[in-house]
Amino acid sequence: MFMHQLATAGGSEKPLLSLRDINMTFGGVRALKNVSFDVRPGEVHCLAGENGCGKSTLIKIITGVYRPADGASIEYDGETYSHMSPVTAQDRGIQVIWQDLALFPEMSVAENIAFQTVLGRWPKLVDYGRMRQIAKDALARLGVTLDVDLPLKEYAIAQRQIVAIARALVGEARLVFMDEPTASLTQSETDHLLDIVRGLSASGVAVVFVSHRLAEVLEISSRITVLRDGALVGVYPASGMTQSRITELMTGKTFDQRVRAKSRDDQPIVLEVKGLSRPGQFEDVSLTVRRGETLGITGLLGAGRTELALTLFGMLKPTSGTIALEGRQVRFSSNRDAIRAGVAYLSEDRLSLGLIQPQSIADNLVISSLDKILAGGLLSDERKGGLVGRWIADLGVKIGLQQDAISTLSGGNQQRVAIAKWLATDPKLLILDAPTVGVDVGARAGIFDIVARLAESGLAIILISDEVPEVYFNADRVLHMAQGRIVGSYDPRASSLAEIEGAVYA
Amino acid sequence: MSTIVERVKTLFGPEMAGPGLAFLAVVLTFGIASPQFLSVATFGSVAFQLPELGLLTLAMLLPILTGGLNLAITFTANIAGLTLAWVLQANGGVDAGPGAFVLGSVLALLVGAASGVIMGLVIAFTRAHPILVSLSMMIFLRGLGEFLTRGGDVSGFPAFLGPLGHGSLLGVPIPLIVFIACVFAWNLLLSRSKLGFNTYMIGSNLDATRYSGINTRKVIVLVYARSGAMCAIAGIIMLARFNSVRIGHGESYLLITVLACFLGGVNPFGGFGRVIPVFVALVVLQLLSSGLNLVGANQHLATAVWGLLLAGVMVLRFVATKFKISFVRKET
Repeated sequence: MFMHQLATAGGSEKPLLSLRDINMTFGGVRALKNVSFDVRPGEVHCLAGENGCGKSTLIKIITGVYRPADGASIEYDGETYSHMSPVTAQDRGIQVIWQDLALFPEMSVAENIAFQTVLGRWPKLVDYGRMRQIAKDALARLGVTLDVDLPLKEYAIAQRQIVAIARALVGEARLVFMDEPTASLTQSETDHLLDIVRGLSASGVAVVFVSHRLAEVLEISSRITVLRDGALVGVYPASGMTQSRITELMTGKTFDQRVRAKSRDDQPIVLEVKGLSRPGQFEDVSLTVRRGETLGITGLLGAGRTELALTLFGMLKPTSGTIALEGRQVRFSSNRDAIRAGVAYLSEDRLSLGLIQPQSIADNLVISSLDKILAGGLLSDERKGGLVGRWIADLGVKIGLQQDAISTLSGGNQQRVAIAKWLATDPKLLILDAPTVGVDVGARAGIFDIVARLAESGLAIILISDEVPEVYFNADRVLHMAQGRIVGSYDPRASSLAEIEGAVYA
Repeated sequence: MSTIVERVKTLFGPEMAGPGLAFLAVVLTFGIASPQFLSVATFGSVAFQLPELGLLTLAMLLPILTGGLNLAITFTANIAGLTLAWVLQANGGVDAGPGAFVLGSVLALLVGAASGVIMGLVIAFTRAHPILVSLSMMIFLRGLGEFLTRGGDVSGFPAFLGPLGHGSLLGVPIPLIVFIACVFAWNLLLSRSKLGFNTYMIGSNLDATRYSGINTRKVIVLVYARSGAMCAIAGIIMLARFNSVRIGHGESYLLITVLACFLGGVNPFGGFGRVIPVFVALVVLQLLSSGLNLVGANQHLATAVWGLLLAGVMVLRFVATKFKISFVRKET
């Protein structure tokens, strides 16, 4: 079936890159199993799959960051390698634009674009004139004009994306990987980026596109390679493909997600926010959350969602507006006040803000409720073990020892510990900011099952996510935030997913 | 059975391996090289030399666990010592009574803690690097101390202070008793108190700790205040031992305390490290210098050997982790 599809997908053109028998293992987990992958010169190829399916690992093997298990063959432009090295990959024109762009915000646009080509030459002096010229040429190729002397931080994320592409082109790229390039772009910015990708493709540069937005995947690519759980599902021509078919291929199951929304109007109000503002971040936000209700908030990155959440959690101060918890107006001077009042906030950044990665599972779980494990003024190991044991069992976290570092757990299990840490503080309101970031597909459903159970037990929940389907299927109401304002409110039982997605990604 | 193993593990931790092995190596080497090594005399000399360096190392340990450093420990100790010395002098010098000593000691502890509080406040609120902040404090205190003493010694203390520096109680040197009491206090602080818990968390990730609802600024200020107070205890012991105070006393101990912490398995970036392994590391360093002394080596050479030992431990630790990783990889 696989060979058949290769044949129908596009003639007998010789691939630019061809991988065979790629295997990769991390600490006992097989990240890639006998994967094959090829890219033709000048094509736009989409690499699709859920988080944790092995996309990034595959890219890192192609660019020489990882070394695949023995027996792999990487054929690129007529030469065969058993593994790549980063230097070879770059020299031979393979470039990656990571999602975080890996740029230097403090340095000028010209330096960001041209430093790799200018550095390392003899004489060892920086030729700024040449640097600026290289940068201008690269931007001109993309049909964009930017002030190359301005520090990069002066530009918005969409322009930074273009700078990252320009940098990739300077190295005479022939194969460019783009990892979620549109994640933080508006629709018009996305359209512009897609035009640039088409231009690259027309000039003979092959582009491998990784994106969650299936609509744009179908619009831009000629072929789609689908990975699931580290294994190749197949290679498909984009024409004749539908979004739902790709989803089925990626997850391996026909989608039977149902809307969980219920009316909670008979329940008492837990949180009432009126006219809350922090100029430049969010303006005039009003909302209510009732006991047992899950309020979804969605919107693009930078819409002010996290700032709003941090204000409710007492870590930022509003300039105007009021927050009331169970009818009593509150004014938090720190997140300690908020926690005491019954507000908990699960950070979107689990790696650096949500959990203390090097420390133990047990210590991470009890850190916010140390008073509960005191005995005679001192921390009691016995009480700590008991508390941790109860939560681990309650949320079904799979661990070895409580003393193991939290970083040894998978994303899904780490997130369960992070949720447990907040539940241990007996909150009334739990704010979940992007709770499925870095969590496998299978584990995501488990996280949302926990969320549903908590809501059923009477907890008020705010669920923030930039993935519209997550809030659509798991929240009772959905608010759409854009540029710091609430611009739409939806009931998942009355609105379709497409309607909300249309509004959010417009 | 397994609970006993676990209890031993939690009591000593993986940090114990380095200093434990070094202890065995030093005892075996010198025990074979010199018949007098394993004698009461050796352990007596170690017991008297250990406390000064040990108390200062305890003062250094807490800031290191938060991912910081306190370079002002020796000068804080001596400024605190000077505080006590002046109170004694003002109350009759050699004829001063125990009341003056108690008052002077309390003031010395307050002065030491104040030095720590100031550093803690600056570090917590400006998030300036602790090396720079404590370096400023170190230079300030040295200048202040030299100005106030004109670079000389302050001496002439009542006779009853002698035993605090040289005396023994039931055969155990009194400075050692003070030191061991402080080791226990620090061990309790770090392993059982909320402040100790938060100290480790801040050392691993200050922002994540703050997001968890911990008042990280307060923790940092309290940590440096305790570090300063521990310096004051060291200052009082040094006063009693030398029967004089000079602002530059024990200056060479500064970097040794840092190295003793690392030899004791403390993570140089903060977040991990226990008191007992650091205590063993200190004993090893003192045994090493006594042993070298016994076989007739020059005292300066002993210091050089300390450096070699510490570098060796770092290399061994690196090799050990490297081997462990490759072993796991092969297994899977």
